[in-house]
Parts: sequence; C-alpha cells; structure tokens
Amino acid sequence: MSPDIYVYIAVMAVVTYLIRVLPLVLARKEITSPFLKSFLFYVPYACLAAMTFPAILTATSSVISAVAGLITALVTAYLEKSMITVALCACAAVFVAERLLQLAGCL
Amino acid sequence: MKKENFKRGAKDGIPIALGYFAVSFTFGMMAVAGGLSIGQAVLISLTNLTSAGQFAGLDIILAGGSCWEMVLTQLIINLRYCLMSFSLSQKFEKNMKNRHRFVTAFGVTDEIFGISASQKGRISPYYNYGAMCVAIPGWTLGTLAGAISGNLLPDFMMSALSVAIYGMFMAIIIPPSKTNRAILAVVTGAMAFSGLFSVLPVLKEVSSGFVIIIVTLVTAGAAAWLRPVQEEEGVKVES
Repeated sequence: MSPDIYVYIAVMAVVTYLIRVLPLVLARKEITSPFLKSFLFYVPYACLAAMTFPAILTATSSVISAVAGLITALVTAYLEKSMITVALCACAAVFVAERLLQLAGCL
Repeated sequence: MKKENFKRGAKDGIPIALGYFAVSFTFGMMAVAGGLSIGQAVLISLTNLTSAGQFAGLDIILAGGSCWEMVLTQLIINLRYCLMSFSLSQKFEKNMKNRHRFVTAFGVTDEIFGISASQKGRISPYYNYGAMCVAIPGWTLGTLAGAISGNLLPDFMMSALSVAIYGMFMAIIIPPSKTNRAILAVVTGAMAFSGLFSVLPVLKEVSSGFVIIIVTLVTAGAAAWLRPVQEEEGVKVES
C-alpha cells in the first residue's frame, strides 16, 4: 500500500526545509579562503544565468514569443530598469508577440 | 531600518509573486485533476514553496511511489537550495540570530535568493521577510485559485506571466555584466553551458535541478580560479 498523502507532504516539506536550513545554521563562520569567497561571489550569477537560459525559450506558447520576451528583458535590463519594470516589459512583449502570431495564424 | 528593509523586500517581491501565481496556478490545477483535495494542494504549496520539487513530488504521490523515492527526488531537485543557503549565509548581517536563520531558510527559493544576492553589501533578514510576505501568498493563493478553478488561466495570461521570473533574473545579472568582464563571462558561460545540456544527447537526460548545480559549480568555480575577487571594505571589486 502506498503511504498516506499527508505522509508524502510531510516528507517533501521536511527534506526541502532541511536542505535550505542546514547551510544557513551550520555554515555561520565567515569564510576567509579567497577561492571560496570568489566562488560564492560568482555563484548567484552562474546560478541565475543557468536557470534563465534556455528555460525561458520553452516558458511560453511559442519560441518566437519567448525570444521577444528574452530580447525585451535583455534590452530593459541593459538600460538598468528596475526588476519589476524588466519583468513587466518582458510579459508585455510576450503578450504582444502572441497576439501578432495569432493574427498571422501561427499560433 | 527594519521597516525600510522589509518594505524594500516587499517591493522586490511583487514581480516574484506575479510569476509564482502563474506557476502555482498550474500546480493547483494539476493536483486537483490528479485527485488531491483543494486543501491538500494548498498545503503542499504552503509547506514546500518550490516549483520543480512540488511537480515532481506530485507525480510520485499520484503514482503511489515510496517515501524513499520521495526523499531522493526532493533531495536531487532541491539540492541547489543548499548552495544558495550557503551563499546567503555569507551575505546576511554578521552575527545574525539563529531564529532569523530558521525563518529565512524557509524562504530560500530561486527567486528570493536572486533578489537577496543582488543587494549591495550585507543584508538584513527583514529584507527577506518582506519578500517572503509577498511571494508566499502569491504562491499559495495561485495554488488555491488553480485548484478551485480546475481550468487553466487563459493561455495568453499563462505565457505572459511565466516570463516574469526570467525578466527579473536578467534585471539582476545583466547590469553588473556591463562593467565587470568576469561576471559577463560567468553569465554567458553559464547560459551556453546549460544550453548544451538541453541539446546534447547524453546531457539532455540530466534532470534540470542537477543541470543548475553542475553549471553553477563549474562556472563559478572556473571564474573563482581564473579571476579571484578582492574585497575592499565589504565591497567586492574586480581584481
């Protein structure tokens, strides 16, 4: 027999929380190694870049609208607009691109 | 200061909540379609606060998999949070109390980590609390809405909202890439590397959680080795 749904939920929640909390509580000391420090400095950029591309290409209904969103986000981010502006511009670009695709009968 | 940090976090949490809503809407819908109750779907979102992990977990629940399978899957998919928490541990104010560590840990998601990491200097836990207070309701209410409606948001809404998160990530990684060549190399390198994982035959089979871990370790490791950063009074500058 498979476990109760609430057992599954508890297992999921506990494992996920432990992964998040252990490094925060155990790795309290300030790191002095220049390599590790540099590594941690680069981690967010590497991580966010890896999560963004190529995942963004399959996030929408069509690769074309995804590329429109990607380019819009690139340009607005390059112009150093705020996070919410970049996010909304990308959403708007996808929306417009998909309407156009629909009009053209491609979607 | 607490209040200011909280407000700033809440403001930065808005685009996160928007993106979360679309994703968790789908989750709520799928959970109920699979036979879970609305309450169970919402409970999963409220206690897990993670997208890929929840979708994978739902598959296991619906397939009646074992608890070990669940533990292993969650561990593999969510292991990236370990790396993020480790990085955040160095980013929070020195001597931050344990209770703050226990609470902020719950809110370590790709997106909240992203905005925290992008802040200058050390950060206050209240910044994270602000973001969590907006993002967690977005995630939970999205699940609730999806579970109740049982229908997809209109496709055009889903599509448009689902790029919000990526737009946010770009707003974080692109501006520093303009002035710091090492960051530019890390960003383009990581994108190219994870791109390879999605097209090359064997690499394609690697789960997305692992791809993120591998790409992050290799790219950040290479950059740290080739271009170590020097620290000057808390502000990191290129060597």
